[in-house]
Amino acid sequence: MAFIEAHGLVKTYSPKGAPVVRALDGLDLEVPQGTVTALLGPNGAGKTTTVKVLTTLISPDEGSATIDGVDVLADPQAIRRMIGASGQYAAVDENLTGLENLMMVGRLYHLGAKVARQRATELIELFDLVESQNRPVKGYSGGMRRRIDLAGALVIKPPVLFLDEPTTGLDPRSRLGLWDVIETLVSDGTTVLLTTQYLEEADRLADSISVIDNGRVIAKGTADELKASVGGQRVALTVVDEADGDAVRNLLASHGTGEPIVTGGRTWVVPVDDGPAALAAIMAAASTAGIALHDAGMRRPTLDDVFLQLTGHVAEATDETTESAA
Amino acid sequence: MSATTTSSAASRTLQPVPGTAVSRFLSDGWVTTWRNLMKIIRVPEILLFSLIQPIMFVLLFTFVFGAAIEIPGDGYESFLMAGIFAQTVVFGSTYSGAAMAQDLKDGIIDRFRTLPMSGAAVLVGRTNGDLVINGLSMIVMMLTGLAVGWRVNSSPLEFLAGVALLLLFAYAFSWVMAFLGMAVKSPEIINNASFLILFPLTFISNAFVPSERLPEPLRIFAEWNPVSSLVQSARELFGNVPPGTPVGDAWTAQNPIATVLIGVVVLLVVFVPLSIRTFATLSR
Repeated sequence: MAFIEAHGLVKTYSPKGAPVVRALDGLDLEVPQGTVTALLGPNGAGKTTTVKVLTTLISPDEGSATIDGVDVLADPQAIRRMIGASGQYAAVDENLTGLENLMMVGRLYHLGAKVARQRATELIELFDLVESQNRPVKGYSGGMRRRIDLAGALVIKPPVLFLDEPTTGLDPRSRLGLWDVIETLVSDGTTVLLTTQYLEEADRLADSISVIDNGRVIAKGTADELKASVGGQRVALTVVDEADGDAVRNLLASHGTGEPIVTGGRTWVVPVDDGPAALAAIMAAASTAGIALHDAGMRRPTLDDVFLQLTGHVAEATDETTESAA
Repeated sequence: MSATTTSSAASRTLQPVPGTAVSRFLSDGWVTTWRNLMKIIRVPEILLFSLIQPIMFVLLFTFVFGAAIEIPGDGYESFLMAGIFAQTVVFGSTYSGAAMAQDLKDGIIDRFRTLPMSGAAVLVGRTNGDLVINGLSMIVMMLTGLAVGWRVNSSPLEFLAGVALLLLFAYAFSWVMAFLGMAVKSPEIINNASFLILFPLTFISNAFVPSERLPEPLRIFAEWNPVSSLVQSARELFGNVPPGTPVGDAWTAQNPIATVLIGVVVLLVVFVPLSIRTFATLSR
């Protein structure tokens, strides 16, 4: 039996005047102990809903879930004593200082005033917030709030940690900093379920990735396994002028074995059969057509390619910080 | 599942101190109350405005209406104060509604709901916060009242009973507002909605004018309005009932203190369990 198990989770919402949303549609999940599993999917895929079920915030319409053999639905208080959870919105009290926030969480885990204070001080040091520990959180930057929120999830050194889009909305520097912290945490055997819409994040942090779309797991494996399942080589072209996009698409379509996709506006990727030969042919054709190239090369499939292949659409990292109805 | 990681992951987890359900509930209630009191200290504007408003009401009503409304006995100041007290503490209870909605919006309620704490304690802490603000408002209003000529003409015990009754009623009302805050989930809407409920409730009463002078339908509403009973109770307990005031025929008008106590019990019996249940099943 895996440490975290969920079977056949179904959760529907009926927004007023809108069709019923099946946020979870028979989702199955198994997270072995001491591993990091990422739920990867776009907004509205059902990632947050899954975490909400497992952290006792909502009850599913159907299905079952256990953590370390404890039934999430039957004994939520027992689950709450063994989990730490950190949401995509930093759930901290604006008017309390960083230290007070963490002490409050410790008190509410019933650690006692002394241990709660001790642990809060430890976490403040771990998260490099000593200088701001006595300032109200409302004056903190986004990255600092996330760190306090994440620290709140770690107060009891929980055996299970849920991180719901831990770096959504953060600038790249804060994101890298938070990744370092999470990597340190997971190296000591904590079982982690994290959700993300960033392929790069799943690739970097997770032992195992479950790709979610429309409330179901549509693929799972390590990042390498998922990439291998897509197979083949790819040719990537980056054009100088975005206006050349259509010409590049047609050119790639005629040389590749699949549909060319564009990432980041100017970079086009297409799966090919014989990598080096195809690259040479494509570059010659681009030169003949007078398309100025900034970069050209072969590359292995990325998780972006995996996602496209599995879902038929590109995984878009949007600026939305909440997952609507999920 | 490997046995070694099980023991290492489980053994390093910090364990709760031993305690009973009751001691944990009291501890949770205290921590959440503390949190709401810290908010009053860190955002002094909340307290400032909740204190300025009653002072303004005392001054406006005594000087604007005082000249026009004739009350036998000690005059309008004396008649008015119990009305202002009642109105202010009832309005003070609306913080619970706005604060619950705001906490939901901020996600801090989700944090609480993933912790092994008592959900009811969150609501207890919230309503306790209102109680403290209302207690402070009462002190400021009474000092202002004394300055404009209001006097207590009763025994200290009756005076304290009057204060307790006002705060108790407002406390019960806080639970109603906390429930509405969770139902509406928008701090802005709950603020506006509570004005729509509370202005008629406090104005169509005997708080500012004797209700026997109101038109018939309003007079009947005023007589049965629990705020009227609260105001009447406070007037009686503070010794501020103008001589020769006719007492209404309704049972509520004849037994104001009993009416308030019954009202408090009914509100608590209905809204405490309802709020606790709503809290436990909140989902966004």
